[in-house]
Amino acid sequence: MSILVDGETAVLVQGITGASGRLHAKACREYGTRVVAGVTPGKGGAEVDGTPVFDTVREAVRRTGAAASLILVPAPAAAGAILEAADAGIRLIVAITEGIPVLDMARVKARLKKTKSRLIGPNGPGIITPAGAGRPGCMIGIMAGEIHKPGRIGVVSRSGTLTYEAVWQLTQKGLGQSTVVGIGGDPLKGTEFTDILALFEKDPGTDAVLLIGEIGGSDEEDAAAFFKSSMTKPLFAFVAGRTAPEGRRMGHAGAVVEGGLGSWVGKRRALEAAGVQFIESPAEIGATVAKWKFGDSILISPSAK
Amino acid sequence: MKLHEYQAKVLLAARGVPVQKGFVAARPGQVPAILKKLGPGPWVVKAQVHAGGRGRAGGIRLVESRDDALTAAKDILVKPLVTPQTGSAGLPVRSVLICKAVDIRREAYAAVLMDRRSGGPVLVVSREGGADVEARSGSSPDKFLRLPIDPLRGLTAAQAKRAAKFSGFRGSLAAPAARALSGISRAFFSLDALLVEVNPLAEVKSPGGRPAVMAVDAKIIVDDNGAFRHPDLAAEEDVGDLAPAERRAREAGVSYVRLEGDIGCLVNGAGLAMATADLLGMHGGAPANFLDVGGGARGIQVAEAFRILLEDERIRAVLVNIFGGIMKCDIIARGLLEAIKTTGLRHPLVVRLEGNRSAEGRRIIAVSGLNVVNADELADAARKAVEAAKAAR
Repeated sequence: MSILVDGETAVLVQGITGASGRLHAKACREYGTRVVAGVTPGKGGAEVDGTPVFDTVREAVRRTGAAASLILVPAPAAAGAILEAADAGIRLIVAITEGIPVLDMARVKARLKKTKSRLIGPNGPGIITPAGAGRPGCMIGIMAGEIHKPGRIGVVSRSGTLTYEAVWQLTQKGLGQSTVVGIGGDPLKGTEFTDILALFEKDPGTDAVLLIGEIGGSDEEDAAAFFKSSMTKPLFAFVAGRTAPEGRRMGHAGAVVEGGLGSWVGKRRALEAAGVQFIESPAEIGATVAKWKFGDSILISPSAK
Repeated sequence: MKLHEYQAKVLLAARGVPVQKGFVAARPGQVPAILKKLGPGPWVVKAQVHAGGRGRAGGIRLVESRDDALTAAKDILVKPLVTPQTGSAGLPVRSVLICKAVDIRREAYAAVLMDRRSGGPVLVVSREGGADVEARSGSSPDKFLRLPIDPLRGLTAAQAKRAAKFSGFRGSLAAPAARALSGISRAFFSLDALLVEVNPLAEVKSPGGRPAVMAVDAKIIVDDNGAFRHPDLAAEEDVGDLAPAERRAREAGVSYVRLEGDIGCLVNGAGLAMATADLLGMHGGAPANFLDVGGGARGIQVAEAFRILLEDERIRAVLVNIFGGIMKCDIIARGLLEAIKTTGLRHPLVVRLEGNRSAEGRRIIAVSGLNVVNADELADAARKAVEAAKAAR
């Protein structure tokens, strides 16, 4: 089991004729994702590596039945692309694009409230339900698919490469993932930690959840409150930015401590007070979850158990 | 992108927000001509720096005579301004804004800012404004009115009226204050701002003796991601308070923040870069910088990022931590060798490559003959970098 996407999900790629669109559409298809269409205005009728290209999302949906969209268009056009997908009835929109103006995102959020679409991102790696054990997977994003392994740990993160690091550690410890969701590093985004935690809580294929947060904003504090009020499954959390100075934006537009708000210390306090298992070291993420799963005897290989 | 007060006031005035008349001087020699244009004093001379707390730090002076104005401008321009927001080194002052002084009767506060929690812009007003309003806001939040603004419609007339009333502008001042608030909101939207703050939004006595509303100080921060829509503002941006390495990194399109330690770090991805710095700290070391080369960096950017790092006088060891997703480890390896060709390598270099094309990346470094300490996972990399830096001290 999984959340939001599985091997059946039919995916279209907005911006498929660009260099990055083509590259990642190909990687997703090779991972096993059902990439059924591409969209680039003005390029309708073309094909990219065998995938038909349409001028509009509406047409692509009508002709191929795509239900999810991967957005790989440049920042100035990304908000328009997201809204086009929503207007065409796409239920799951995954925006990878970094650098979308915050005001565009405020308007996108206001418009999406009136639709049934869910936006994941922007400025994140996307979402993946790992393939394996005879089941096809679904990767809608730009992550390194091969480091994942199917299993029962849900992962949700504000980061990209740090998620790969965490997933890699889990996989090496024999812990597969039900679904891995990168909600993105921007201050305004489509989906919050709490939305994904609620889905993992309900998912019978997920036994525990790993949350990768970072400084800035109050997403981790909100997750802590949600865990306390509404979750029964174990939640593990790592938060990056312990050594980040106040007032500086650490790479991600959303990773900044302002006026003492959004600090590592505050997030740690909130998560621990709520009963979340807080992981201090980024090198111990896999080991901490493995200890919960397998006990202290992690010298015994999980496959031998 | 932070704008100076004088830039903010020009932009606000163009949107119907009343401001004092003023001119900018980059040299004291320009002061007499400005005073002549402004007419009889008193005047105010204000340091133009990207930091608050200027008043108490001596960056804002009320002057009565031409000589005093000249002295004030000279004083302010000659040395960095140190305020509680600048750090101990202070910020260089490149220009002063000289305005006609106004007779302030009351100070209120108004700002439109992007609020993460509500997911959109919010208008914040208070009956009280002035230098300490930030410090006071925590203790008495009920003194502030926060109105979420619909990003699809902008501030409504009813919201502007309500906010004007809450912030104490009544009678003949109610309508001008509401107009000023609408102008502040329009500035926020049309400039892709993250913050437009007017503090104080003041009730002043106009020269004719009638009360009026005026933006006496203003601060605007423009969203860097929206800057492409405002090439005029980007061209005027004052980047003088960035460290030279930070300026170079911006030009190269990589994300760099100067930190206080002695281990130079190059990582891909913001989250992993922060986590790497955190781990160095946990092992008793300290990063000299945060450097995220990003996912899609090209070889030339990677090489420039390495040069910025290797030319840092403070470093004692270098740590490269890459988890290749979109980024290919062989691009990192080649960029590293390219940079070392011109800068040389004077410090121990710890490299951890994982993920996309990591075997190829390791091979490139191995055959280069460089003296590299290989690390095979995150903790190993941090430990080795900290040890190397300690040994080199």
